[in-house]
Amino acid sequence: MKRFIRTYLFSLDHKMIGKQYLITGLLMSLVGGYLAYVFRHQLAWPGSPVPGYGMVGPDQYNGFVTMHGTIMVFWVAMPILLSGFGNYLLPLMIGARDMAFPRLNMLSYWTFFLSTVVLITSFFVPGGPASGGWTSYPPLSDQPGFTGVFWGGHLWILAVALEFTSMLMGGINFLTTTLALRAKGMCLFRMPIFVWMENIASLLFMFSVGPLIAGAFMLLADRLVNTGFFMPSAGGDPLLFQHLFWFFGHPEVYVLLLPSLGILAEVFTVFSRKTLFGYRTIVYATLVAGVLSFVVWAHHQFISGMDPRLAAPFSVTTILISVPFAISLFSFIATLWGGSIEFTTAMLFAVGMLAEFMIGGVTGIFNGSAAADIYLHDTYFVVAHFHYTLFPVTFFGAFAGIYHWFPKMYGRFLNEKWGKVHFWVTALSFNVIFIPLFLLGLAGHQRRIFDPTVFDYLAKYQHLHVIATFAMITMLLGQIPFIANFIISIYKGRLADRNPWKGTTLEWVAPSPPGHGNFENDPVVHRGPYDYSLPGRDREWVSQTEE
Amino acid sequence: MLGWFPENISTYGHGIDHVIQVIYYIVGAWFLLVEGVLFYFLIRYRKKKGVPAVYEPGSTWKALLWVFIPAVLILGFDLGIDWAQAPVWDEIKLSLPLPEQVVRVTGRQFVWEFVQAGPDGKLDTADDIATVNQLTVPIHAKVQFELLAADVIHSLWIPNLRLKQDAVPGRTIKGWFEATKEGTYPIACAELCGSGHGVMKGELHVLNPVDYQRWLHETVH
Repeated sequence: MKRFIRTYLFSLDHKMIGKQYLITGLLMSLVGGYLAYVFRHQLAWPGSPVPGYGMVGPDQYNGFVTMHGTIMVFWVAMPILLSGFGNYLLPLMIGARDMAFPRLNMLSYWTFFLSTVVLITSFFVPGGPASGGWTSYPPLSDQPGFTGVFWGGHLWILAVALEFTSMLMGGINFLTTTLALRAKGMCLFRMPIFVWMENIASLLFMFSVGPLIAGAFMLLADRLVNTGFFMPSAGGDPLLFQHLFWFFGHPEVYVLLLPSLGILAEVFTVFSRKTLFGYRTIVYATLVAGVLSFVVWAHHQFISGMDPRLAAPFSVTTILISVPFAISLFSFIATLWGGSIEFTTAMLFAVGMLAEFMIGGVTGIFNGSAAADIYLHDTYFVVAHFHYTLFPVTFFGAFAGIYHWFPKMYGRFLNEKWGKVHFWVTALSFNVIFIPLFLLGLAGHQRRIFDPTVFDYLAKYQHLHVIATFAMITMLLGQIPFIANFIISIYKGRLADRNPWKGTTLEWVAPSPPGHGNFENDPVVHRGPYDYSLPGRDREWVSQTEE
Repeated sequence: MLGWFPENISTYGHGIDHVIQVIYYIVGAWFLLVEGVLFYFLIRYRKKKGVPAVYEPGSTWKALLWVFIPAVLILGFDLGIDWAQAPVWDEIKLSLPLPEQVVRVTGRQFVWEFVQAGPDGKLDTADDIATVNQLTVPIHAKVQFELLAADVIHSLWIPNLRLKQDAVPGRTIKGWFEATKEGTYPIACAELCGSGHGVMKGELHVLNPVDYQRWLHETVH
């Protein structure tokens, strides 16, 4: 019993902590998905009871929309991509035996677990969960009288604060481990791109989160003791919160995107047997994008009532930030050129992520143009746009990573045939959900309304809501093969050796699964991370440990 | 794509529609090109027996031109889009033409309140016309609005006018529009404002000058 607790609950091993984050995030995605199912059902058939829930009132609707966004960003994308894969892979990839601070790492996970409990609790308190949107704009979120939500709002702020504390502890660990515990010969420019991305994402999070914590504290003080920071009647200003929120909010997008691009780089190189095209260029471009991400925030606020002259400078910075990302994405595509591409499930999800993310990228140009944003802001066009960025990044990225590193984590393969079924159902249903939402946005459909049929100009497009909802249900059902595959393969999957995909990076030098301490002998690094198909070698891959 | 839009009935609406259409063609072409290259690579370079992958680290300037040239082109197109949309934004949000009508709009959970200048053309006089959820304006007249919020943030959303502006408590935000077609059009709220956000619904009535004068007369007396 004591051993069970040490191994599976209060583990100090970065690999177990990574799995804890991963599994918690995946379970929370089921909660987020269930919420989406309930409100999508309401949108398609307003006023009819939702099977598995019942009647949805406008307050529940707002609460569910709010919690769906909150959960998917902070309790799914961040724990899976940043903390889950980061914890599991980062020490392995740099040849370390564990994180620099294993106890802090354990504290980080259990703080996160506590935040999860607080958030889930908020569903069951009187008045229900927070319902002011995941962005929690005051005054709506400020005075409980505006929504009728008292405890739910407090708990929302508390849960988010705990979650940020957890991620900060994780960030400290990532940065320290990377700087202090790299294997002999692992200079910074021999680190896999994934390690770079985790570190840059941690830096972005740590630099951006301060203002939001200040904002959240002021919001809580307003709620508890009527300080009025965001209440004009008390001399405060609601727009201040929006600036603090989006100063954090935009870098946060990259906190999610970067680890996922890291996964993509690892999967692309392994399954195209190519070295990464423009390794240093990608690193520098990402650093530049990271810096720029601190000066684009107000493009979320063109019509918020801020000085309209600010639209011009923020449009320009928004345009500039597209350049480093274009360079990175083109480099990933160039990596495929001349390759020998094998379409494993991991590769399908990685390619799918790139192909779908581009739709999110190009539709961002519409929103980033202030004049076009007057029409498109706060419509379903925006909803479709950010789902086309965040869904591929979060889920395609996570699935690519899971199918790719599952043999390392459990010493067994996931079933590839069911993996491909999982990929095609997910990818196809994803597009059938969100393309109709683009069209609804063009038709002027404002966000977060409970019953679209109230408006004649929207009622005529009701069939698009129905299509999206059917596709959403299909997507949820499409996850059943994945869940079954995951559980069954842990015990019954085909056995994998330590390097099943013939990869070059250090995690493939360790046994599958690696024991506590990771490596039998501390690895010594002699070369960069992606020496595939190197001329003059008789083998098509050269491990980082080979001379 | 413009087929999905509700009919435009404002003087500046076609500017917005035009910007959206220009962006659509530019990013549409880029999107097809890049996805085309991606899928071409995926098919052309799929694993074949006896065909090894090439080694190309992309570490020379010559190789990197393949990514830098398209990136610079994208920067050029982006700046072009920015250049094209700026005058539209300036006309709508930065200029404030001399008003022929003034109306004070207040968002309140969960109604739009309108106070309109009566025959004297001034607000805050005895002949002001106060209405709830019903806004009546003359066609071809520059209507200036003062937008306020009584409780939480709302967003005045009149799709046919291509008009959207957040209403923020503590601020008075001025703006304008000029309607070009008679009829009745929907008014909505675009910013989540509480449980009644989805039923915050009004109507804009655009009348010809004769009907408008008759409406004004009947309403005041």
